[in-house]
This record gives sequence, structure tokens and C-alpha cells, in this order.
Amino acid sequence: MNVLVYLIPMALGLGLLGLFGFLWALRSGQYSDVDGAALRVLSDDDIEPPKPAP
Amino acid sequence: MPEAVDLSLFARPSGDGTLGMDLAVEGIACGACIGRIESAVKRLPGVTEARLNFTNRRLHVNWTDGAIAPAQILQTLEEAGYHGYPFAPLRAEEEEATEARRLTRSLAVAGFAAMNIMLLSVSVWAGNATDITPETRDFFHWASALIALPAAAYAGRPFFSNAWQALRAGALNMDVPISLGVILALGMSAVETANHARDAYYDSAVMLLFFLLVGRALDHAMRRKTRAVAGNLAALKAETAHRFTGDELISVPAAGLHAGDRLLVKPGERVPADGSVLGGVSELDESLITGETARRKVGAGATIYAGSMNYSGALTMRVTAADRATLLDEIERLLEKAASAKSHAMRLADRAARFYAPMVHLTAALTFVGWWLAGASLHDAVVTAIAVLIITCPCALALAIPAVQVVASGALFRAGVILNAGDAIERLGEADTVIFDKTGTLTLPEPRVVYAAAIDPELLQMAARLALSSRHPLAVALARESASYIPYDVVTEEPGQGVRATLGGIQARLGSAAFCGFAPAAAGEPGESHICFVYGSRAATIAISQKLRPDAVEVVQALRGRGLDLHILSGDRADAVRPVAERLGITQWLGELKPAEKIARIEALKAQGRRVLMVGDGLNDAPALAAAHVSLSPIAAADVTRAQADAVFLGERLAPVLDAIRIASRARVLMKENLWFAAIYNMIAVPIAIAGAITPLIAALAMSGSSMMVTLNALRGGKAS
Repeated sequence: MNVLVYLIPMALGLGLLGLFGFLWALRSGQYSDVDGAALRVLSDDDIEPPKPAP
Repeated sequence: MPEAVDLSLFARPSGDGTLGMDLAVEGIACGACIGRIESAVKRLPGVTEARLNFTNRRLHVNWTDGAIAPAQILQTLEEAGYHGYPFAPLRAEEEEATEARRLTRSLAVAGFAAMNIMLLSVSVWAGNATDITPETRDFFHWASALIALPAAAYAGRPFFSNAWQALRAGALNMDVPISLGVILALGMSAVETANHARDAYYDSAVMLLFFLLVGRALDHAMRRKTRAVAGNLAALKAETAHRFTGDELISVPAAGLHAGDRLLVKPGERVPADGSVLGGVSELDESLITGETARRKVGAGATIYAGSMNYSGALTMRVTAADRATLLDEIERLLEKAASAKSHAMRLADRAARFYAPMVHLTAALTFVGWWLAGASLHDAVVTAIAVLIITCPCALALAIPAVQVVASGALFRAGVILNAGDAIERLGEADTVIFDKTGTLTLPEPRVVYAAAIDPELLQMAARLALSSRHPLAVALARESASYIPYDVVTEEPGQGVRATLGGIQARLGSAAFCGFAPAAAGEPGESHICFVYGSRAATIAISQKLRPDAVEVVQALRGRGLDLHILSGDRADAVRPVAERLGITQWLGELKPAEKIARIEALKAQGRRVLMVGDGLNDAPALAAAHVSLSPIAAADVTRAQADAVFLGERLAPVLDAIRIASRARVLMKENLWFAAIYNMIAVPIAIAGAITPLIAALAMSGSSMMVTLNALRGGKAS
């Protein structure tokens, strides 16, 4: 069972990575506009329009 | 009317040489609007950032100081087909945002810890049943302690600080047994782990925190959402004033006015601040302030109040904010008194906590004493007593009420009711008497055409479309009947008399009786005004008056059907109240009441043990709203009144009042069911704990099982009707 001595800290480390990922996302405002984020992905703002929109 | 707009009040420096402004944007219909709005605003010179928050319909713009005038942003939005309303974010809203982030962080930490500890705990339980070695078990326990102790210290802060505050104030709230339970469970587990014991309760403590944080975070998110909607509505309703700067007229937000400012109030606009008339003659509709529907004639020297509607002529006025108008003074004094009397109403959760918390502590103490006297070792007696504390830890109890509140406020939100106060649901559910104000509450806030059916529809449509060209309040009321939103091409307005146009070669006139060549109309029903229309040889006199909300009769009937006692208390004249009361079948009504008299009526009802729901919109209702057990306001109400109400309802219909009462009384039933459920759970679990038969597995199952039950029960409150 000695394998547990490093397997469990490893599992915890991976979990912590997820936790910090979430905290980082929270701090950088990724949860402040959840409805908007779902729609922004559909916009083609990276494609140059042929002429300036009216 | 090209008039300079001064919005500097809303622009705030962002620190890096740019200015920032927040706008509530109206007219956002779909996802494509995000790109359209942002790219339009970004094309302005000097704009460094434009970010639209689709969730709460707000646009944040940053620009280099001096590059553009803030008004240009509004104009750009206007050209793109949207309306922007600048607003200064309330400090309360910012504090809530910080609090929400803190709760979410705590929730994330507690969730992480609960999952990992449970993983370790399940291994220990499985191992205890089979062949785990004591060394491995100790290792698992220490690993759990390593996760649980820091996680609880971090995630438990919202509870610990609340409990500490309550204790310092010499009170007990639900957070006291929660904190005590968590701290004792962790402390005991740490000691047991050091003694190589078989069982530890880390998972119970952290799971308890996680469940409670879920309830609290949900509650907070719902309140923040309604607050954001309310903030947007306030920005949409914010009035602008026309201020003279020298001889030039500048449009400024009413919030930026100072005493001594000279303003122009055009016909059809509301008076933006208290003050005195310098010049001009007009009639003011003060129904929002006093409830009185008859108009008051004012001339130079007259005192006028913010919120009055200017009917006929342009007025110049001077703002006198420094010495407040006597009416507002009186209302504020009454408000303070009424609000201080209200804090006695105690929340269901606090009442439960006051009863529950001493019980928990007493039971645990008795368990300890009992086992010790029965000859158990000190260690066993302490362990059993702590197990009692853990098992009675009001996990279900603390979720029982917030869970219902979240679900019910969601249902209220969908019904068009926005809560101002968190505990309003409980108090709404208790109401047994409903008092309505008349003007603007039972009737629509704006006057409407009455007896429309008696007028030739073709003629009415023509008159209504012609009315689109005038700003006169009667014309504005008539224009609401128009099917078309396009005014006629060439329309001439004769100030103070009416409008005329040539339609199909025939002259049409809309305005006063004299303007249309009529004999002056005889006075009709009280509160009714007349506007005349001639088209060639055809003519009509159109009556305009306060009109009942379209569903008022049915809603009042349904309320009576629920066994509620209905009253009307109005500041309007008795002969204006009588027809409304008769229409609705409300026999208990009073007119010509002053704010203090309304309070006296409410106090009299309260003295009889009634729980009064006050529904009102006028400034004169604000103290009565504060005095009542619970209060509702339509969104069109005066600012002070809206701020005082426990909840605000949207739209033209009265149905939200009925929905609010229905949802709230259902929620109250669910809350009580949940409290009973929690009590029954305790009745079963506590004897087991006192008997010393609780294992960590049973504790975990009982805790999550009971939390699940009350949450599922709460969800029943969200179902339609």
C-alpha cells in the first residue's frame, strides 16, 4: 500500500489545480456575463467585413 | 431639439487617464446586438474599451479624457437603434458583488475539500469493514485533516463572523450552532486522529459547510439579479432637467441639480426637483405626490414639488433643495417613525433559531452529563455529546428557508415582481388584509381614453394619430390609442390650443373645445378631462381620465376569493374614489386621507392583529408602506415610495399583486413544511446520537439526505401556479 503515499498527494495536487483554475476564471471575470459568453462565440468579429457597416 | 447634454456627473476617472461610464441599454433583443453595439461605440475616436454585459444589459465604456463628449456615446447608441441610460453604480451593488465573489470562492474551496475528503472517508469506511491497517487509516485521516482544517478556516468565515457578531450582541442565530458544530467536529476529529481512533468526522463538517454555502450563494445570486434589474429600471426612469446656463439651455440629469439652479419645465414633463415658479402659468397634476387627481393652477411664486406632471404651459423655476418643501419634510419624518416601528417583525428563520439553538446546546450538554453519570469514560462522554451536536447541526434547518426563498423569488421574478427586501416573501405570505391606494395603483399611472367604444373607430384612429404630433398630456394619452406610430406629415401646433392638419383635403383639428368650434363641454365625471376632434362635418368629444388597470376587477375578485380583507385608502376626493370602489366591489374605502391618517388606519388594523399588505405608488403612500406589515409598489411609483416598498411589480396589470400573494403564501407553507421536516429528522436522528450509535457514515448519509429532501421540497415552489 506504499504506493498511496505518492498517489494521494498527486490526486490532491490535480484537484488543487482545478480549484485554482476556477478561482482564476472567477477573478478574471469569466462568470460575470454567462449569457453573453454563450452568444459571443457565434459572432464573426475576427472576419474582416467587406466594407464598413452602415 | 438640439440641446447640449451634460453627462459629466456619470463619467468617472479610471486611473490611467481615461474616463469610464456605465450605461443601462434598452432594446437589446438578441446576441447580434453585442457586436453591433460594441463595434459602433468603438468606432468613436478615443474610445479604448466598450464591453456589453449581456446578462444585465449594461455597457461599460472607457475613453481618453477630452476625446469625446459622453453625450456622443448616447447618440451613437441612438443611431444604432438602442437607447442608453447612464447611471452611477450604487455602492450597495458593488458591495454585493464583492460579497458574491467571496461566497463563490468559499463555495469552490468547500466543494473541493468535501469531494476529496469524501473520497478518503469512503475508503476508510470500506476499509473498516474489511482489512484496513491502522497505519493506512491514520494516513487517510491525517490527509483529511490536512484538507479539512485550512478549507474550513477559509470557507467557514461567512458563518464564523456572523456567529461572532450575534454572540457579541448577546443573541443567538442559526450561525452559532453551525459554527460550534463545525469547530467541535473538526477539533474532536483532530484529537481522535492523534489517538489513532477508528472514526473521524472531517467529511461531515466540510460537507455541512458546502451545503450551507450552496444555499447562501444561491440566495445571494438571486438577490443580485433582481437588484441589477431594479438598478436598470431606475436608470431608465431617471429624469433629465433643462437647466439655464446663462441664456443657454443644457440638459442635465436630475441627480446633478443644485439649489439655486434655474430650470425650464416643458409641458408634458415632470417637475425634476422641488422649487418655486419664477415665470409662466400652468396646471400641475400632483397625483403622484398627494393622490389628488384634480389639477392645481400655478403661477409665479408658487411652490412646486418634484414628480408633479406639468400639463399646459412652460414654467421656469428655481430649485430650492436647501430648505426642503414642507410636504417632503413631513413625509420623511413619518417614514423614519414608521420604519423604526417595523423592525420588530421577526423572521421565521430567526424565530426557529431562537428556539432551536438552545435546544441543541442543552441536548448535547445533557448527553454528556448523562453518559458520564452512567459511568462512561470522559472521552466517550465527550465524543457522544459532540456527535449529538454534529447530527443536530441545522444543515436541513439552515437550508430549509433559503432554498424556498430562492425558488420563490425566481417565481416572483418571472411573474414580474422584484423583491427589495429578502424576508418580504415570508411577510407577504402572512398578509390577511390588503390596502390599496387608488391613483396609479388600482388605476393606470397615466390617464387613458375612456368610453373609447362609443366613438367612431375611424375618427378615433385619426384623432389618435394626429395626437402623436403633440406633447400635451391629454394628446399623449389619446395617442396611446393609435394603431400607427407615424405622425401625419404637416401638422401645425397652436400652443395652448391644439393641433391641426389637412387630411385628404379636409381640415382636422384636435384640441380645446373653443379651438374646434364647440361650445365648452359640461363637466363630466369627476377627474375626467375632454379633448375635442373635428374632421370636416364629423366631430367627437373624447373623454380622458384615470382608468382602472385592465384586470383590476378580476384580481380584486380573486383576492377576495382567497379570503383577504380589502380596503381602499386614497388621498383623492371621496367622489373620485367612490366609483372605483363600487366598480371593484370594495365596501371599505376612505378618501381625502393625509399620509398620517393612512398610517393611523393601518395602525388601527394592526392593533386588531391584522397583517396588512399595503399597495401604493404615491409619495403620500410612502409612510403607509413603511408602516404596513409588507408593501408592494408599481414600478411607475415615486422614487421614495419605490425604495420603501418590500417589492416592486412591473407592467400595466394588477395580476402581479395576486401572483405575489399566491407564490408567497405557497412559499410560506413550504418553509413550514421544511422546518417540520427538519424537526422530524432530528426526532429520529437525535436519539440514535444520544445512544452513541452514530458512525461517520450515518452522519454523512443523514446530513446529505435531509439537505436533499428540503431542497427538493423547496423546488416545488417554483412550479407555475
